[in-house]
Formats: sequence, structure tokens, C-alpha cells
Amino acid sequence: MAKPSVLRPGGARQGASPLKQVVGSYLDHHRTVARDSVARMRRNPVSSMMTWAVMGVALALPVALLLLLASLQNVSAGWENGARVTVYLGLETPLPQASALADQIDTDSRVAFVELVDRERALAEFRVSSGFSDALDFLQENPLPHSLLITPEANYRSTDGVEALVEYLQGLPAVARVQVDLGWLQRLNALAGLLTRAALALAILLAVAVVLVIVNTVRLSIESRRDEILVAKLVGGTDAFVRRPFLYTGTGFGLGGGLVAWLLLLITFWWLSAPVARLAALYHSDFVLNGLGFENAVMLILTAMILGWLGAWVAVRRHLDDMEPGDH
Amino acid sequence: MIEFRQVTKRYDSDHTALRQVNFALNRGELAFLTGHSGAGKSTLLKLLMVMERPSAGEVWVGGQLLNSLPRRQIPYIRRHIGVVFQNHQLLFDRTVFDNVAMPLRVIGVAPGDIGRRVRAALDKVGLLSKEKMNPLQLSGGEQQRVGIARAVVNKPPVLLADEPTGNLDPELSADIMNLFGQFSQVGVTVLIASHDITLIDDMNRRTLRLDQGQLVADGRPRTEVNRG
Repeated sequence: MAKPSVLRPGGARQGASPLKQVVGSYLDHHRTVARDSVARMRRNPVSSMMTWAVMGVALALPVALLLLLASLQNVSAGWENGARVTVYLGLETPLPQASALADQIDTDSRVAFVELVDRERALAEFRVSSGFSDALDFLQENPLPHSLLITPEANYRSTDGVEALVEYLQGLPAVARVQVDLGWLQRLNALAGLLTRAALALAILLAVAVVLVIVNTVRLSIESRRDEILVAKLVGGTDAFVRRPFLYTGTGFGLGGGLVAWLLLLITFWWLSAPVARLAALYHSDFVLNGLGFENAVMLILTAMILGWLGAWVAVRRHLDDMEPGDH
Repeated sequence: MIEFRQVTKRYDSDHTALRQVNFALNRGELAFLTGHSGAGKSTLLKLLMVMERPSAGEVWVGGQLLNSLPRRQIPYIRRHIGVVFQNHQLLFDRTVFDNVAMPLRVIGVAPGDIGRRVRAALDKVGLLSKEKMNPLQLSGGEQQRVGIARAVVNKPPVLLADEPTGNLDPELSADIMNLFGQFSQVGVTVLIASHDITLIDDMNRRTLRLDQGQLVADGRPRTEVNRG
């Protein structure tokens, strides 16, 4: 049954066609297709811009949230450095014992600095700061214990380090209670972590939405160019050849959407920066709203392009590959 | 160049489009394919274009068995088969030139060569002066000739035509047929599906007659060998 094959697959490029020429013509086709995609977008500027805007909003929203949370976590990281541990001693502990304990704690390598606050001073400070001075006069004796204010060494200011220190302090004699002023910070961190996850989930959902928008847009584009696709397949266009314009279209939508998202983020952060600075100043905080850096902007636009390409690819797989001449 | 061996095509249990069809066409041979509508002409052409696969038997084109051809190889086979349709399947969003250039662009011919080869094909069908026009501005006969130019621009060894003269008056039809005759003289294997009996008789070429999916006659109309 072995006949000499006159029609070798792949042998369609007639004549001696050097590799260079083939590659050149391949790149040439890519250029032509890319130019053609741009021209098509410009021919329908309104619908193209609508697609870009939808993509832009969908991408900008989660990115803005993530940036905000990142800024918030920067702030809490700064505050963690001011972590202090307060040790309350038993009420009946005499001052010399408290002083000895302070010295003992001070020798621990994890502790940078210990300050002993005796009960008289504590009462005086409380009287001034609380505004309960009249009420305190009714008390027959000082209800406050001696306390030690401990600043951990820089290496032990992490949550884990502080916890280990707290455990050690709790084991010491005469210690009634150890309090860390990190509770609210931990809660903030936990909240920020939760919100980051929520923002990521939102980002994934919106990425899927972006892909679906592109799938639909490219599907319409495929439908409107049905005749051309059929003829191209009829005269021997490969799947890759027929897909190429649509993949370019999808990637182009991604590029436009990414640029719109970046622009939206720039405008939003610029608009928010003044009030945020005022608020931070009121709280004596060094909170800064970090915008999108250049690298992240490039990442955002690349991601958008990949999503656009992905959408186009799904549309092409679903609607183009099974389009065959002769099926009318 | 083209060979059918015991080819049967069944679409479903009660519809058999082709039954055990056998024939072979040599290089440079021109043949007609005739029969009533529904006799299996289109199915036979579709098998050659690998738009359909046979249910049984073998379809050979240029020494290549098409039955088991992988899907991704189909485009490469089609590049060797020029096709002309009754409704010519031209694209009206581009010029005559761009329509004819499509097969060349698909296979990645260098832009410089495209111009030369498209003009050669248009010259062959006598439409060189109309390359910049939109196909819509052309008459039916001219549109059909654009379709022919597109089918031959890549110099395929096989040319198929499905009712190429369907909408044309006899004089134009004869012109088109002469064109096909010229291609076969330079070695192209031409198979023309048509039910224009007068034309077929006038040409007096090899004719394959299908009836209800069976090849019932094969020969020249005036000396037809009846296979009964």
C-alpha cells in the first residue's frame, strides 16, 4: 500500500524556501495580525473602551484593597517595635523583693530594660491620668500593686518571642499577672490577615469575571468573522493561524484593561493621599498609603494581558476549533 | 492522484450517502462528477477535503491515505487541494487581491512573492485589472473566476469544483470550463461536480455518474460504459 506521497504534510511551502524566509514570514504574519487587531479595536472604539473599563474596574478593586492592607500591615509592624510587657506583682509583695526581682529579670538576655513602678507612684500616676482622684480618696489603702515595665530586646519583640518571655515571667515567684499590650495589635493583624484573604478571594473571583468578559467579547468577534475563518480553514489554515488574531485581540483587551486599572489606581490613591496624611498626623502615626510601584504596575498589566489571552483562548477552544467548513 | 477504494459513507443507520465507490483519477486528468441532487456528489467532495471521513474503504489523495489522517494534518492536505464553490465563498470585506492572496498568506509566503503570484493567478482568469475592486462590484461570472484564481494561486495538484457554473449562463459556463481544461493540461487533476448535462456532453470528458450513492457509470458521455 506504500505509495510515494506527493503531498507531504508540511511540504506545502513550494520551492526552496530557506528557514530564514519562513521565520521572517511567520514574524511578518504576527506583526500583520497584531496591527489588524489594533485596527479592529479602533474601528469599534466605544465597545473596546467599555471592555477595557470593565476589566480596569474589576482589576483595580482588589489591587486597591490589597495595597491598603499592605500599608496597614506596615504600620502595625512599626508598632510592634514598641511592645512592652507589664508584670504586676502580688499586693503583699514588699518593695525590696520587687526590686530584687527587677534586677533578676534585668539579667535575662531577652530583656533590654526593666523599670520598677512602686505602688505609691502607680497610684499617683493613676490619680493624675484617670481623673478619679476624688474617688480614690475614699479608698482606705492603695489598691495598686508594684509593677515592672519590661522592654524586650529587639530580637524578642516578635509575637512568638514575647510569648516565650511572658511564660518565663509568669513562672517567677510573686508575679500575679503579666500583661502584654499587644492584644489589640494582634487583633489588628488577624483582621488584616482576614481581609487580605478576602481581598485575594475577591481578586480571584474578579479575575474569573474578567476572563468571562473576554470570552464573550472574543466569541462575538469570532461569530462576526465566521466567513473569514471558514475560508481560512478551507485553504489550509492551521488552527494556530486561525486562532492567532483572536488571541491577539484578547491580549490587546488585557493590555487596555490593565492600563485602565493602573490609571484608576493612580487617580484613587492621589485623591486619597491628602486625607490619609491628615488622619495619620492626627494619630501621630507614620502611616503612608503606598501606591502601586513601577514593578507592580508592570505586573498588573502583564497579569491583565495573561487573563485576556486566557479568555481568548477559552473562546477559541470553545467556538473556533469546532467550526469547520461544510457545516453551514 | 485521487483514488477511492470501496468507499462507503453512512451518516446514520438509515442514510447511506456513498456505497462502495471505486475510481481513480490520474495526474492531469479532468473528470466530471454528476448525478441527481442527493446522489452523493457533495459527500464525495467532502471526503476529498477531509471535511468528512469514510465509514468504510480508503480515500487516497496524492499517495496519502486520508482515512486516518490526524486532525492537525488536515490543513496541510487542504493546501494541496484547490476548491471552487457554486457560491464562491468570497469575502466581501476585502479586495479581490486580498481574497486571492488568502491561501498564500495562510502558508506564509513572503509578501513580495504574494503580489507576483496573485497577479499571475488573476491574469490567468482575466481579472488582472480588477485586483483592487471589492468582489461585490463584480458580476457573477467574474466572482466565480476570482474563486478559481484563489483555488489555483497556490498551484495545487488537485482542483475540485462544486457546481462551478451553477448560476452562470451557458457562454460564461463554457469559459469557466475551458479554464479548468487549461489547468488539467498543465498537470492539475480536476474533478468537477455538476448536473449541467448539456455542458458535460459538450465537453465529452470522463464522467462519473452517481445514483443513490452508487457509482453507476464511468466514461465519456458519448461512449459511456454502463456499469448497470
